Amino acid sequence: MDSDGAGAQTWQQGGPEGGGPAVAESASPAGVPYAPREAILEVRDLVKHYPLTQGVVIRRQVGAVKAVDGISFELGRGETLGIVGESGCGKSTVAKLVTNLEAPTAGSILYKGEDVTRLSGRALKAVRRNIQMVFQDPYTSLNPRMTVGDIVGEPFDIHPEVAPKGERRRKVQELLDVVGLNPEYVNRYPHQFSGGQRQRIGIARGLALRPEVIVADEPVSALDVSVQAQVVNLMERLQDEFDLSYVFIAHDLSVVRHISDRVGVMYLGKLVEIGTESEIYEHPTHPYTQALLSAVPVPDPDAEAERTRIVLEGEVPSPANPPSGCHFRTRCWKAQEKCAREEPPLTVPERFAHAEGSAHHPSACHYAEERDPIGPE
Amino acid sequence: MTQTQAQSPPPSSSGPSPLLQVRDLHVEFHTRDGVADAVNGVSFGVEAGETLAVLGESGSGKSVTAQAVMGILDIPPGRITGGEILFEGRDLLKTPAEERRRIRGARMAMIFQDALSSLNPVLSVGYQLGEMFRVHRGTSRKESRIKAVELMERVRIPAARARANDYPHQFSGGMRQRIMIAMALALEPQLIIADEPTTALDVTVQAQVMGLLADLQREYRMGLILITHDLGVVADVADRIAVMYAGRIVETAPVGELYRAPAHPYTKGLLDSIPRLDQKGQQLNAIKGLPPSLLRIPSGCSFHPRCPVARAVCRADEPPLYEVGTGRASACHFWKELLDGQ
Ligand SMILES: Nc1ncnc2c1ncn2[C@@H]1O[C@H](COP(=O)(O)OP(=O)(O)OP(=O)(O)O)[C@@H](O)[C@H]1O
Ligand SMILES: Nc1ncnc2c1ncn2[C@@H]1O[C@H](COP(=O)(O)OP(=O)(O)O)[C@@H](O)[C@H]1O
Ligand code: SF4
Ligand code: SF4
Ligand SMILES: [Mg+2]
Ligand SMILES: [Mg+2]
Repeated sequence: MDSDGAGAQTWQQGGPEGGGPAVAESASPAGVPYAPREAILEVRDLVKHYPLTQGVVIRRQVGAVKAVDGISFELGRGETLGIVGESGCGKSTVAKLVTNLEAPTAGSILYKGEDVTRLSGRALKAVRRNIQMVFQDPYTSLNPRMTVGDIVGEPFDIHPEVAPKGERRRKVQELLDVVGLNPEYVNRYPHQFSGGQRQRIGIARGLALRPEVIVADEPVSALDVSVQAQVVNLMERLQDEFDLSYVFIAHDLSVVRHISDRVGVMYLGKLVEIGTESEIYEHPTHPYTQALLSAVPVPDPDAEAERTRIVLEGEVPSPANPPSGCHFRTRCWKAQEKCAREEPPLTVPERFAHAEGSAHHPSACHYAEERDPIGPE
Repeated sequence: MTQTQAQSPPPSSSGPSPLLQVRDLHVEFHTRDGVADAVNGVSFGVEAGETLAVLGESGSGKSVTAQAVMGILDIPPGRITGGEILFEGRDLLKTPAEERRRIRGARMAMIFQDALSSLNPVLSVGYQLGEMFRVHRGTSRKESRIKAVELMERVRIPAARARANDYPHQFSGGMRQRIMIAMALALEPQLIIADEPTTALDVTVQAQVMGLLADLQREYRMGLILITHDLGVVADVADRIAVMYAGRIVETAPVGELYRAPAHPYTKGLLDSIPRLDQKGQQLNAIKGLPPSLLRIPSGCSFHPRCPVARAVCRADEPPLYEVGTGRASACHFWKELLDGQ
């Protein structure tokens, strides 16, 4: 344990001790009160290591790619949690773990208080039904030889109780209607649709089983600018209509800000900062978040002229061999000797622990400071 | 009302003719399903030391325009069916192939989105950079290698001397893109065309690469055509913007004016539909519908099926590129109402 952690609050309050679901708590940004919500999903110390092997005849493990290396977060009911970070930081791996497409190396995923990683058989199937994934690439994630009706209705094969045989066609047509596609398209094939329409097909399929949680991995990244807004608006409408909770993964920080209530920032398999949308975007305290935000250009030359950019040196190190202490230290302009020695925990930094306001949120940095990297100097 | 029709952009007010002047360029592709009209009468100019951003969504004809200028279009299936490409005063479309090859690399160079597929995977990076000097300048092997390492240092590759022996796949995406920039700069060309140079990169690396490109452009006083679909990238680095839709330029303007007061409904639609990092917006104003198929471009104004202010005339008459201000043009019949309303 980090000695500096003493006195600083950890950001996970509540917990399973009481048996009941925990409450995701966060400071209210000025103006927009952030209401804590009942957590529908709690991820604790999640780890996924992929073995690195060597040798052709006798394969032996020589190390591990630490794709996800100890991540905890909570998702409130009806809430959108955005997850951002650079390519390779582990976002998709988190998505696959949370949706049960891969088994974690360690850690737990609590759905309504129950650890999904320990379930099997019918209990697991029931949980899986409630946590669905929408994938990034509308071009490759749909089977080209299946009709739209078969694709959207496929989840009913595994869960026939949701739609008995005779009702499937009608259910599928309803779903197409819900996502703004013509229900008469049921017999068409994916190549007959545009990228935006294919993404709608993917969303309709994700909705088929009436899940409570949708994990969307880069759902709009492959879309044209003019079509991206249509899909973002659709996802927001569906969230209200069906009371969905989203984990929304994207590398586009502007889209994430638009859609998210809370945002987590990942670097090399770890969350380095988490908070409400305005805490992260207007009052970030972690140097990586600050650099990431400052690198995003804003479509407004006047605003651009006022900004100063933090340009990071170098690139993300390999997740097979992350730096000691703080993973970000090889690119951090504030790094001190302590950063190589001690890993900063994801807690509210001590200096902000007793402060009111937006800096009071978890940030894994020994020298956390407030800075607004978007607005003018 | 003075609506001068500016089919080709107004000549620059003073000084010599622009470095590059494209006039009324037409390119089509013969496909199994019919003829795709990829570029339909594109005109623009670039001056020395100027950055022109070409902004447009996927399929709007940006890359094809760039390939036509570079002389690297796939012919067939592509075909240039009309227009002029004047570079330093001469029409490249009338220039013999041998001569164009010499111009390419030496006087104009291109940076592609996907550096990995544009570099040779079996030759070291140092060898490929040196080759530029050996082939175009007849420089000796040893001298070329020294120049290659110098170039790698210019684009800030750490430990350049040692890394010159490495192969492209041994570099990260950002470093490969910097090597592409080094390759383009090698012979100090007058014009560089960068086609989505940072689209495949993460934002932090994008900022490094764009910063480098802007520094070098200033230093060498090159003309730069920056092709992108990202309205943010453009705001920071471009002097002027040309917005493309369905193979046409629908608006051109100095960068500040285009963002402050767009003179075309498509440009306005794009600006309204993207979420902004510095604003927690309300609902996004999406543009309805989809970009058209180039096999069946709508009649009249090609944007009319999606345009929120379209009227009957828009379906019938194709709007010319009206001059709407100093150095500004818009291909909308109702540009004036749009500008007055803002
Ligand atoms: N070699 C080719 N054969 C057939 N059609 C082509 C070829 N190259 C381009 N096209 C077509 O020309 C049109 C314009 O292509 P272009 O690549 O210039 O668009 P773009 O705006 O740069 O798109 P993107 O952002 O996706 O690269 C597209 O419809 C494309 O399919
Ligand atoms: N099946 C796998 N085997 C080995 N390494 C993997 C595998 N899946 C992902 N990784 C590695 O894990 C890290 C995180 O990957 P991923 O979660 O896909 O990143 P992101 O989605 O953020 O781009 C990367 O270094 C990636 O190469
Ligand atoms: S802990 Fe040290 S290296 Fe890590 S972000 Fe903070 S200052 Fe930088
Ligand atoms: S010409 Fe008509 S359809 Fe085209 S952009 Fe202008 S108003 Fe819209
Ligand atoms: Mg991914
Ligand atoms: Mg292109």
